[in-house]
Amino acid sequence: MATSVRAKPDGSPPPAAPPSSPGPRGRRSSSGGWRSTLYRWDIKAIPYVFVAPFFLTFAAFGLFPLIYTGWLSLHRVELGGDPTWKGLENYTDLATSEFFWNALVNTFTIGVISTVPQLLMALGLAHLLNYKLRGRGFLRVAILAPYATSIAAATLVFAQLFNTDYGMINGFLGWFGFDPVNWESSKWPAQIAISVIVTWRWTGYNALIYLAAMQAVPQDLYEAASLDGASRWRQFVSVTIPSIRPTILFTIIVSTIGATQLFGEPMLFGGSVGISGGSGNQFQTLSLLMYEKGWVTGALGQASAIAWVMLLLLLIVGGVQALVSRHNRKKLGG
Amino acid sequence: MAHTLDRRPAESGTPAAARTRPGRRFRQTAGRQHHAGPLTYVLLVAAAFVSLFPLYWNVVAASHTGERVVEAPAPLLPGNRLLDNLSFAWNQVDMGEALINTTIVASLVSLSTVLFSTLAGFAFAKLPFRGRGMLLSLVVATMTIPPQLSVIPLYQIITDLGWFDQLQSVVLPSLVAAFGVFFMRQFLVEALPMELVEAARMDGAHSLRIIWHVVFPVARPAMAVLGMLVFVQSWNDFFWPFIALTPDGNPTLQVALAGLGAGNHTVDHAVVLTGALISTVPLLLVFAFLGKHIVGGITAGAVKS
Repeated sequence: MATSVRAKPDGSPPPAAPPSSPGPRGRRSSSGGWRSTLYRWDIKAIPYVFVAPFFLTFAAFGLFPLIYTGWLSLHRVELGGDPTWKGLENYTDLATSEFFWNALVNTFTIGVISTVPQLLMALGLAHLLNYKLRGRGFLRVAILAPYATSIAAATLVFAQLFNTDYGMINGFLGWFGFDPVNWESSKWPAQIAISVIVTWRWTGYNALIYLAAMQAVPQDLYEAASLDGASRWRQFVSVTIPSIRPTILFTIIVSTIGATQLFGEPMLFGGSVGISGGSGNQFQTLSLLMYEKGWVTGALGQASAIAWVMLLLLLIVGGVQALVSRHNRKKLGG
Repeated sequence: MAHTLDRRPAESGTPAAARTRPGRRFRQTAGRQHHAGPLTYVLLVAAAFVSLFPLYWNVVAASHTGERVVEAPAPLLPGNRLLDNLSFAWNQVDMGEALINTTIVASLVSLSTVLFSTLAGFAFAKLPFRGRGMLLSLVVATMTIPPQLSVIPLYQIITDLGWFDQLQSVVLPSLVAAFGVFFMRQFLVEALPMELVEAARMDGAHSLRIIWHVVFPVARPAMAVLGMLVFVQSWNDFFWPFIALTPDGNPTLQVALAGLGAGNHTVDHAVVLTGALISTVPLLLVFAFLGKHIVGGITAGAVKS
């Protein structure tokens, strides 16, 4: 190694560090400034380059439209026309519009009767799938199969099954002596039918999410519980449910967001009167009302106001859930 | 939702072997070992039946005439009109074109989402930079913004650009998704040892080489899962394509189906349901062959979030 010291023509002192550990960075900075600049630039800038596609896409197709929608909601805008200032009038109009309140209530009721049974059934199914099973793979894939169908395909199939005159569901109810239910034009049956479609598509998906969380619950908790003489049901309630609480919260948030945006199912279920949510708006959701205002009536300002009210609702829901989860964590001492 | 960010199921007593191979974790921790009783089987078979029956009935309805489908009692066994309905749906209402459009859109969206999500996920997982935590929270926060908030300006933008009824109006806004970034970040935090990245840097590799030779090989299983999930989601997407495309122009399958079902022309329900079948079968085939991996992928993604 002595040769390398002697070979230095500029008479700089020999490297202080033992030659067995040459710092690549040090070597580079003495051999060429541009390489080290490039290297530093690479280290400093590349993270931003990597995250840039997301933020650019979001800025162009998410954030800018979001803000612009807010600006539009303060104006009177017709499709193709110039906006004129309206202030908060679009919002105060909503407050006095029975269509808005109807859509708001429908969004809420359809949301509740699709989300609550869906998650409860998913929890039960996950519990069952967590047993040692024959044909486990088949059962899992079969229960997940509805997730592979689209909103459009599922709704068109169910619209036939729910048909009042010839649908199989009324035929089935007939065996038990029930009169045919008017699934499309009566309010509650129509809302239930739509919730069935949502529930059918998403229960298996949620069940698998719960199943994964359940499998991460430590085995010793169950062993301790059964030593204490806890029944299977008791173990489910006192061990499984508390252990997967974060996952449950996650699915509640995701399904609440989904329910707030319900659009395709009611629209296609309603057929030719789908956009107005049935002949008497009996299943018009906020999304449908927004679409009707914006694209049928052409009142984009009002449609924008509805969109912003939806964001407001989600923020309230998110806030409540954050409070609940904080409260829960405090109670658990975590 | 921030508290779920760093929740790792591995902390709760999973064996170390499972921790080093996140993709396999869920199969190795077999959970409770109780054997299922008969009632469990009855309930699960009933659930499987309810899940599969509408799909079966879709096949049945697509194989009858339109008149037969709307007669009571509804048919329960397949008829012999499936090929006629298929060729009608293919030639007369052009589900074939919609199928091609959907394949193009879903492929482009999933390829670009996987690529950009992996890059961003790697940066968030392993590269130090200013504002990393804040930007990651921002990514997560954007997941809760409903698409309804953007469609009106988006509609105006694509109309001004002359993209109305063009496929790029559906592809471009979906080039990368917050879910994908977050999913890849969660995977790489655990799966990619920092030593690998540092060793590559010591050897003088620049970031693109590290991506190609270190990150992609490690991330491949997660990229495959993310690709499948995004493909399914994009294939089935309805709200924005319904606004940006028209059934008579350049529809995706879902838009074409909405056009068939909305009843503008005389509705032949057998043809409508044949269309539904055309849109469902490709994904069902994927599920039948890759079911296990998809199940694993969904659960892996969910546990991590």
